[in-house]
Amino acid sequence: MTAPLVRLALGIVETAVPVAAAPLWLGWIGQCRAWLLNRRGPGVLQPYRDLRKLFLKAPLVPEGAGVLFRINPALQWTLGVLALGLIPFCSAVPLLAQDSDVIVLTGILATARFVSVLAAGDLGTAFGGLGVRRTLLVGSLAEPALLLALMTAALAAGTTSLAGIARTFTVHPLVLDPSLAFAAAAFALVLVAENARLPVDNPATHLELTMIHEALVLEYAGADLALLEWAGAIKLLVFALLGLVLFAPWTLPGEATGPLAVLRAFLLSGGLIAASGALLAIVETASAKLRLFRVPAFLTTAFLVATLGLLVRLVSGI
Amino acid sequence: MTSIALLVATFWLVLGVLALLQPHSMRLARTVHVPGAVAGLVLALASVDSTLHSLPAVIVHLPGPAGFELLFRAGPLACVFLALLGVAVFAISIFARGYFRPGEGTPPGVLSFAYHLFLASLTVVLLAHDALTFMASWELMTLGSYALVLSEHNREDIRRAALIYLVMAQVSALLLLIAFGILSHGGAILDFTAMRSDPPGALGTSLVFLCALGGFGAKAGLLPAHVWLPEAHPAAPSPVSALMSGVMLEVALYGLMRFVVILRPELVPWWGAAILALGTASGLYGALYATAQSDVKRLLAYSSIENIGLIATAFGLALLFASAQEMTLAAFAFTACLYLCLNHTAGKSLLFLATGSVLHATGERNLGQLGGLLPRMPWVGIPALVGAAALAGVPPLGGFVAEWMLLQSWLTTPRFFATPLDLLLPLAAAIFVLTAALAAYVMIKFYAVAFLGRPRESRLLSAHDAGPSERMGLVSLALAALALGLLPGAVAGFLSSAVARLFGPLPPGATAAPGVAVFMPSRVTYAPLPLVLGAGVLLALFILGRRLRATRRTATRAALWSCGEGPVGPRAQDTSAGFGEPIRRVFAFVFAVEEQFPRPADPYPHYRIRLRDRFEVLLYAPLPALVGRLSALAARLQRGRLAVYLAITFVTLALILIGLRWT
Repeated sequence: MTAPLVRLALGIVETAVPVAAAPLWLGWIGQCRAWLLNRRGPGVLQPYRDLRKLFLKAPLVPEGAGVLFRINPALQWTLGVLALGLIPFCSAVPLLAQDSDVIVLTGILATARFVSVLAAGDLGTAFGGLGVRRTLLVGSLAEPALLLALMTAALAAGTTSLAGIARTFTVHPLVLDPSLAFAAAAFALVLVAENARLPVDNPATHLELTMIHEALVLEYAGADLALLEWAGAIKLLVFALLGLVLFAPWTLPGEATGPLAVLRAFLLSGGLIAASGALLAIVETASAKLRLFRVPAFLTTAFLVATLGLLVRLVSGI
Repeated sequence: MTSIALLVATFWLVLGVLALLQPHSMRLARTVHVPGAVAGLVLALASVDSTLHSLPAVIVHLPGPAGFELLFRAGPLACVFLALLGVAVFAISIFARGYFRPGEGTPPGVLSFAYHLFLASLTVVLLAHDALTFMASWELMTLGSYALVLSEHNREDIRRAALIYLVMAQVSALLLLIAFGILSHGGAILDFTAMRSDPPGALGTSLVFLCALGGFGAKAGLLPAHVWLPEAHPAAPSPVSALMSGVMLEVALYGLMRFVVILRPELVPWWGAAILALGTASGLYGALYATAQSDVKRLLAYSSIENIGLIATAFGLALLFASAQEMTLAAFAFTACLYLCLNHTAGKSLLFLATGSVLHATGERNLGQLGGLLPRMPWVGIPALVGAAALAGVPPLGGFVAEWMLLQSWLTTPRFFATPLDLLLPLAAAIFVLTAALAAYVMIKFYAVAFLGRPRESRLLSAHDAGPSERMGLVSLALAALALGLLPGAVAGFLSSAVARLFGPLPPGATAAPGVAVFMPSRVTYAPLPLVLGAGVLLALFILGRRLRATRRTATRAALWSCGEGPVGPRAQDTSAGFGEPIRRVFAFVFAVEEQFPRPADPYPHYRIRLRDRFEVLLYAPLPALVGRLSALAARLQRGRLAVYLAITFVTLALILIGLRWT
């Protein structure tokens, strides 16, 4: 009786902690970028201050906004939390492990995109339309690449369940597998594209000619915008945690149980996520934004690398 | 079950004849649709009812013309398609009752007769158990749908579209006749059971397979015979398009499945590989072309090509697994295949019907002239959103379940053949996931341009919502699509006896819980209900929180951002051509595009773009020229000189004599 309850409580905590910490990671990335640019930076807590400011603003809704537009922020946040609930973190057993696997995870991300573009199309503005078609271009090329990278890992592990993949990889380390290297490369490219980071999209831009993700959320204000920003931070963390499970499984406790193993896993993965944030900041500082016409080439590369990974996996055998 | 289905088919025929008694009476033609719809529901319930369809199927013998016997049998696979037909007919007939208006081409009674003839022949195609019944009902099906496509026959373009359809259907029927000719040993055996026990040799079997693939593929819309779809669907009235796309294409694939069952003993890997390759190619091609279309029904027609491609992909995969003796994987892949069929029927029929309602409300079929219809037509817009999501393959709807199951079986693929097939499988997987992502693009384009945003034309402001019977048709299909998404275990259970018949049983635990899909060898599960519930609870909390806040502060309405200029009109929205433009650029090599740019100093600048089907340009357009050249060659013989004719007669006679001597 107690064991399932403890598991449930642990699962909820395991989901709640990343949800709460997602803006912190965004702040860390921003701080690293500031340091690299020889600025002092606003501190790692800046996203929280931004969120607080936005939450306190008076609610403002554009004219002609329908249900889809109004429900979108809450739905984005909810889907982000659901996705986090699927990923094993400290105890290696995610909250929703019974109901899903990597394919469902990509399905949830696809649903989030489906809703967000429909919401942007709801108003019928020129910028919204641009945002929709650009997001769809990025998404419809990045999603297959992501799915193929995940399929490669799933083939290597022999299961598509994330907890199962994590368990297999901690028991039989496959770190030097060539197919996983391809998958990791494709995954990194997709992470950049799907989260609207440089060089695909500039998260700080409001220049109409180049923005992709910003064009979708241009009409949001106040609490709605805060939820969307938070959901964006959660999505970035979802990708980071997914990367940890697939390509750095030694951070997970594996077969070990008990508070010490959980603490070790928490510290290790936290440290690794901080390091990857710093790496992302370096990449973003070092690269310029791609011209929109060059973005398909970037994404096609990701797709082909992912396909190559799958081919290598199937040809090289288990 | 067989007799119930036969009774329903006869009932439909009687209804059609009834409507024909007073061909110009709109009221009669409308009235007969109601009992027709009820009969569809009866058919669906009977074929879903497990006690009926698990009985050993009986072969019903009826005396036919010229001493032939007509055989009918509703096997487990036919039951799946009968259920699909029944549900679709229920929704479409109810919808059609409110849809047809007087004064459009063919008199309503004749139209109603053709419609019910089409329904009856679809049923009989599914029931046929001998070659004669099959071919006769197949041709009746073609004739019925041809008459329906031609319903506005006073228009030139519609006559042309119907002609293309008829030619394609006849080529398909010809190929099927050849296949049956070989299978029946020159007409000696017509019974399918006897054909199974007495297959032709290896070469004959392969020939039969190729003819069947060509014949059924042409009718189903696989490459390269897909060109009739984007012509015939816009020409036909919307309920007819819904029936043709949502049911007839699937029935053609059912025919292919039946043939493979008959040819079973000689199951060879390259058949599965051929279907897989053709399916993935059709899927990607259809999805790419659909993104670039501006006519709503052409877009949906190309989307149908894509869906049929995906279904064929799943079937090919199942055959490949079966030829490698991986029967469990084959069973799962085939479950996914049938699941895709059901989902396509629910989703695509729904979208075609919604298009019909939009057409009536606005008189507009051009996507670029629509917009902002959701608040004006919620009874059409909300079901259409469900249909679009189902076809886009996003959870928690049916398309996702099928893709999930198919990818699972793909991911368990061991190395089978140690041949180039090992390379085909991952490449096909890559194309499959790309196609699935592009399908979402297409559906978002369809929905966002037509239903969201602001009306692009002022007359859309007065668009009225659909009438009560149209609403009922749309809502029932939307409910079917939702059920397919939320109850994967129950649907898999319904499909299991058909799957068992072709590829052996699913593992026992796979269909245990109605709300859970289970994939067996790796025991991975997908349960949509807890996910939906979790999301629902979180969302409800949000809405509650917003209500509480709203008592303190109400939301202010603000103008849209316009860069500091005045208000921007609805014409500034993205056009339908613009929406598909990124894909057209990235995959430019696939399209045959003619663009006309305005000259810089043009006072009335016009930008024109004409998109043509590559296959039409490369394959079908040169065909008439080729025929013309051949006949010109033949005409050379006709010089009007007696000596030439005598010489030809002499040579022919000599050749015949030599031929007779040698045999």
